[in-house]
Amino acid sequence: MRLWLSVLVVSIATWVMKASGPLALGDRQLPSSAVKVTTLLAPVLLAGLIVVDLGGAKWRALDWQQVVGVGVAGLARMLKAPMVVAVVCGVVTTALLRLLT
Amino acid sequence: MPWAPADATRRQRFAEGVQLGLGPGAATFVLALAYGAAARNAGWGIAAPLAFSGLAFSASAQFTLLTTLSAGGAVVAVTAAILINARYLAMSVALNDSLRGGRLRRALQAQALADASFVIAHRGGGRFDIARLIGASVPQWLCWVAGTAMGLLLAPSPHLLHSLGADVTFPAFFLVLALDELRKSHRAIAAAVFGALIAGALLFVTTPGNALLGATAATLIGTIPGRRQLSQRGEHS
Repeated sequence: MRLWLSVLVVSIATWVMKASGPLALGDRQLPSSAVKVTTLLAPVLLAGLIVVDLGGAKWRALDWQQVVGVGVAGLARMLKAPMVVAVVCGVVTTALLRLLT
Repeated sequence: MPWAPADATRRQRFAEGVQLGLGPGAATFVLALAYGAAARNAGWGIAAPLAFSGLAFSASAQFTLLTTLSAGGAVVAVTAAILINARYLAMSVALNDSLRGGRLRRALQAQALADASFVIAHRGGGRFDIARLIGASVPQWLCWVAGTAMGLLLAPSPHLLHSLGADVTFPAFFLVLALDELRKSHRAIAAAVFGALIAGALLFVTTPGNALLGATAATLIGTIPGRRQLSQRGEHS
């Protein structure tokens, strides 16, 4: 019962948060100064997600093999590799490093 | 990321979103495998974690609840799982100008919000393609639910997933998406670096969810006037 209740509350809260912009603003447009801020939300979130994913709580999850794999994926993408191929390069690199070390 | 021509139909833009969502969907599948396996090991059964994936569609909230519910009280666990998703508040506000229809219709469209879809749908200048957003979220949602089911049934060991480098998929996809996003402007690069520094510093003192939320302060770089605005001001004065 406790588990199901927790699942439902978190699910409903997630729906409400995703809907918060439309529910609060309706069809009102953001002022241009706010648009300049929201324009940067995507790159900032991505950068934050990468750091949080790699570091974990108190940076305890930091794993050099994972960091190298992610770096290889980024390098492959910069060398024009398709998205999935770049990620697979990163995964294979880390798997090989873990096999060899 | 390629963009359909400006006169593309909604269906074409949706299809484009589906295509672009397949890559992050594959990463989502791997992460869902780990979630399903961890939920089974925690004694959550089959139905609750599967329903959770279908309803919440949020890796961060689901992993948070999974780890905190077994360690402490339900109120603390639920609060932590909700707080980790607080970034959706900012993302939802950012998305609103691109949505169409009344409040309820807009709120329903906003349910397609997911981290990767938000970036895939970003046209630049704070505008989002909603058909593309929804299209990108469909394969990710399917992969998230299917991966959870698979993880619950097969329960692969965390050691096996770690050995195969499964933990690389998500940050690698975020990096690949970020590289595409950073090509849009120098200001985006500055904001991303600043956001990463804030998140990195906050990780020492608070939870990953709060660190991520704190990183969004880097978007305030957008309020600093650019060279063009400064020169315009100079001409006026």
